Amino acid sequence: MKLTGAEIILESLLREGVDVMFGYPGGAILPTYDAMTKYPQIHHVLVRHEQGASHMADGYARATGKVGVAIATSGPGATNLVTGLATAMMDSSAMVCITGQVPTGAIGSDAFQETDVTGVTLPITKHNYLVADVDEIAMTIKEAFYIARTGRQGPVLVDIPKDVQIAETEFVYPEEEVELPGYHIPSNANRDQMDAAIDLIQNAQRPLILAGHGILASGAMDEIRELVERAQIPVTLTLLGKGSIPENHPLVLGMMGMHGAGACNHAIQEADLLLALGMRFDDRVTGNLKTYSPHSRKIHIDIDPSEINKNVPVDVGIAGDLKTVLRQLLPDVPQKQHPAWMARIREWQEDDDERDILHADTGDKLMSAQVMNDLWKWTEGNAITVTDVGQHQMIEAQYYPHQRPATLITSGGLGTMGFGFPAAIGAKFGRPDEEVWAVVGDGGFQMTMCELATAVQENININIAILNNAFLGMVRQWQEFFYDSRYSATPMVNPDFCKLAAAFNIPSMRITRREQMEESVEFARGIQGPVLLEYVVEKEEIVYPMVPAGGDLHNMLRRPKASEIVS
Amino acid sequence: MNTTPTALEPETETLRPTQVVVALVENKPGVLNRVVSLFRRRNFNVDSLTVGRTHKADISRVTIVFDAKQINAQLIIANLQKLVNVIDVRHLSEAPHVSRDLALIKVRTDDTDSRNRLTLICEHYPARIIDIGPFVAILEMAAPTELIEELIDELRQIGIVEMVRTGVVAMGRGIRIHDANLPTIRRSQQFVNGNP
Repeated sequence: MKLTGAEIILESLLREGVDVMFGYPGGAILPTYDAMTKYPQIHHVLVRHEQGASHMADGYARATGKVGVAIATSGPGATNLVTGLATAMMDSSAMVCITGQVPTGAIGSDAFQETDVTGVTLPITKHNYLVADVDEIAMTIKEAFYIARTGRQGPVLVDIPKDVQIAETEFVYPEEEVELPGYHIPSNANRDQMDAAIDLIQNAQRPLILAGHGILASGAMDEIRELVERAQIPVTLTLLGKGSIPENHPLVLGMMGMHGAGACNHAIQEADLLLALGMRFDDRVTGNLKTYSPHSRKIHIDIDPSEINKNVPVDVGIAGDLKTVLRQLLPDVPQKQHPAWMARIREWQEDDDERDILHADTGDKLMSAQVMNDLWKWTEGNAITVTDVGQHQMIEAQYYPHQRPATLITSGGLGTMGFGFPAAIGAKFGRPDEEVWAVVGDGGFQMTMCELATAVQENININIAILNNAFLGMVRQWQEFFYDSRYSATPMVNPDFCKLAAAFNIPSMRITRREQMEESVEFARGIQGPVLLEYVVEKEEIVYPMVPAGGDLHNMLRRPKASEIVS
Repeated sequence: MNTTPTALEPETETLRPTQVVVALVENKPGVLNRVVSLFRRRNFNVDSLTVGRTHKADISRVTIVFDAKQINAQLIIANLQKLVNVIDVRHLSEAPHVSRDLALIKVRTDDTDSRNRLTLICEHYPARIIDIGPFVAILEMAAPTELIEELIDELRQIGIVEMVRTGVVAMGRGIRIHDANLPTIRRSQQFVNGNP
């Protein structure tokens, strides 16, 4: 039977197991939207801006480990996906975006709503396609899903001209495995690499594991835990590595980097062995590369060979699937103890503890750290939190320990403000049985708050926690530290968020005191559908510790200890 | 109108240690763009990049020359291999190889002295005069880059009017065959045209 290109797109999505996609119609994608009426098995979520669709697909992908799908029209529809693609690319999130394109004959003529979308998205996609022939649609979509979800995951865009969607052909979904001559997925380590790694682990006195997103991506949670416990190596997490090992594990020290725990950063600097697992030595975790972990030998295991020796030269670099490589290594990993090293780390942790704002007297101010700590407490540390970008994001990372994989979803590499709320909607679609909290700041929320309408239209059961400090808080913090407190364009005159919620028929609550925290969580849990919670927090809160950009990792700006504060 | 050809400014740049990487890529629209875009966004400055077809219709060959001091060859190779349309990448500088750069150089020949000097230069280099007239001549030379640089230095003294170079193409010597279907080549065949 002959099908149109549009029908083939949807048949192909079905074959790839897609049951939900996020999108926005328009001229060049209309044939596909028309065909959707015949495919009710695929639920289409109508967003209010294509950027929202891209973040929803991304949030869905990160929450489920499946490929998220976004769909948009040509020109402005496609360019609105750009931020979402770049976000997914930086954080290795598996996503397929399908865009309409002007008819083949009009390409290159500056036709209405024409943009060279494959050109625009070339550097921010893992791969992209312009499908010139209806006979190529099925194979292209199969390849797109394969590329998106294998190796180092990433977004793939498929641009399909309108006439190709309309053309008809015999539909056969390719049964054979995708074979791409130039697509290689590194898998395992060789004997030399394994021997060298084991030797370093055997001889280390002060080893430290840097646990990254790759652990979650390759599903190596059991393997890393076994490694940690066998060799008794303490662990520090990247932002996206949170959830890769339960944070209440006694050997897990917390997050590293610019706003990492003091103990983690000091441990990195004094370690004699770093085991970097599924992470990429981003500048936000290394600080000054010249002074980074100067005494350590380094083992780096990552699926992407181009990450090895990119920022930090390593002694043993293994390009491979983390789960496979750890399974190779584990039988040879020695049982070890590092009591002196652990004692040293405990000293740093005690110092961190003394500086903890939760132990400080903050009067009747509501601090973001208190909000996050109490959200953790009242959600039993069991929610999926999806954050935006800024101070609240770092405070989440510090005060909401995650015990399960894929329960923190956040834009790490690109730092995309506006990501949190739509990504939370996508995450809830992927894991409807979980309690999903969008934790956002007042600045980032306003970038994509139009998706409130989407949340209402879908009656999606998510809790939106806005930490409102009426400032672009992280930028303000930088201005306070590095620009002499000149608050250029950071104070915000905000709408009344509760009235805004009311306009969307969304129940809301404003929280100004810490005593209301439990009540706010109960209130949110009592409502089926979206609910908005505005936490009015201290305006000029500072996220400590802070390693200034490019600064030495051990030279952190610290909150004074409670005992040091002279009032 | 000034009819006297002016020579190009002499280059002050000295020769640097260069590396040669060769990539076999799918011969599809946009693939060269992907390669070039990669170098641009990773801030890899290349000295020379050439693309040409191979004996297989669906395969093109890209030769990339860059400064070893500025870029780690392994990073270039690892990044190239990440491109889905790049089939295979080799680091040619690691093993014996031959390389050629083709230059067409137009020089002034508007007096006896310049013509004599040109003839003399051609005797010392594997260069040929492929076009000559009362005012200018075109020289052709295919040679390793270093030799072409030498020739250019010599010709500057006569006066270069116009010049074009293809960029470097290179090939591993002997049985180092870089071919998209390498496994299908039987070992005996590898020796047919090469020195073992």
